[in-house]
Amino acid sequence: MDFYASSSTEEPHVLAVDDNLVDRKLVERLLKKSSCKVTTAENGLRALEYLGLGADQEHSINGNDSQVNMIITDYCMPGMTGYELLKKIKESSILKDVPVVIMSSENIPTRIDQCLEEGAQMFMLKPLKHSDVKRLRCQLMQCQG
Amino acid sequence: MEVGQLQRSFIEYISSLFNEGFLDAQFSQLQQLQDESNPDFVVEVVSLFFEDSERLLNDLTMALDQPNVDFKQVDAHVHQLKGSSSSVGAQRVKNCCVPFRNVCEEQNTEGCLRCLQQIKQEYLLVKNKLQTLFELEQQIVAAGGAIPMMQ
Repeated sequence: MDFYASSSTEEPHVLAVDDNLVDRKLVERLLKKSSCKVTTAENGLRALEYLGLGADQEHSINGNDSQVNMIITDYCMPGMTGYELLKKIKESSILKDVPVVIMSSENIPTRIDQCLEEGAQMFMLKPLKHSDVKRLRCQLMQCQG
Repeated sequence: MEVGQLQRSFIEYISSLFNEGFLDAQFSQLQQLQDESNPDFVVEVVSLFFEDSERLLNDLTMALDQPNVDFKQVDAHVHQLKGSSSSVGAQRVKNCCVPFRNVCEEQNTEGCLRCLQQIKQEYLLVKNKLQTLFELEQQIVAAGGAIPMMQ
């Protein structure tokens, strides 16, 4: 899937998912400061809808019209956890190669392993700092560029 | 008051907030995210924190007032509060959440009520302190000065 590679090295488009208002604002600013274009979603369902994977949306080959280059999601969310969102993305033929990063305020090794095994790019501990996002940005450029 | 004096007051005040544990390094992270293109970032995030916290504290009060307390719901609210206080660097509020989650797990209503009381106090304290800090900033800017950057 190269059609978004050229724009991603300049300003990758990141979808940030978090049910906490304060954290959404923080992650958005952190990503923008690292030259990313940001879209936020407040839960897994909204995120899936944005990605074109909503329950009542047709899966078309033009999925990822929004050209999302990375998804960063909180783990603990009501309804659908970040892990469940990760699984849904990895099950999608269109989106399975989009890197997914999981964030959590809790450092639970089994949780981390579970996410990495399911294909998460990275697991990050909250609260996020500028250095965390810088590191992430570098990784993203390496795998896209 | 002249700018130099205001700036010195600011530095003293914010240092005391860090020294007394009201704020931790995460607050400095917020300050570093503020720049010319986002000059009000800290105030904006902290305002969201105030709104979010007040809503959660109300929800907690109501939840603990029920004849049959839904401890899962209480825990969920405390988890949210812990998250946002941690993200803005409101250390003492964040620290109150840990024992709160413990008594929740024990399904101890009395314990929860005590924790709620404590967290309300800490929240009001840090809210007051941050508002004072922002007022000092405004005075500095009004007097034509720049807000000192810490560390």
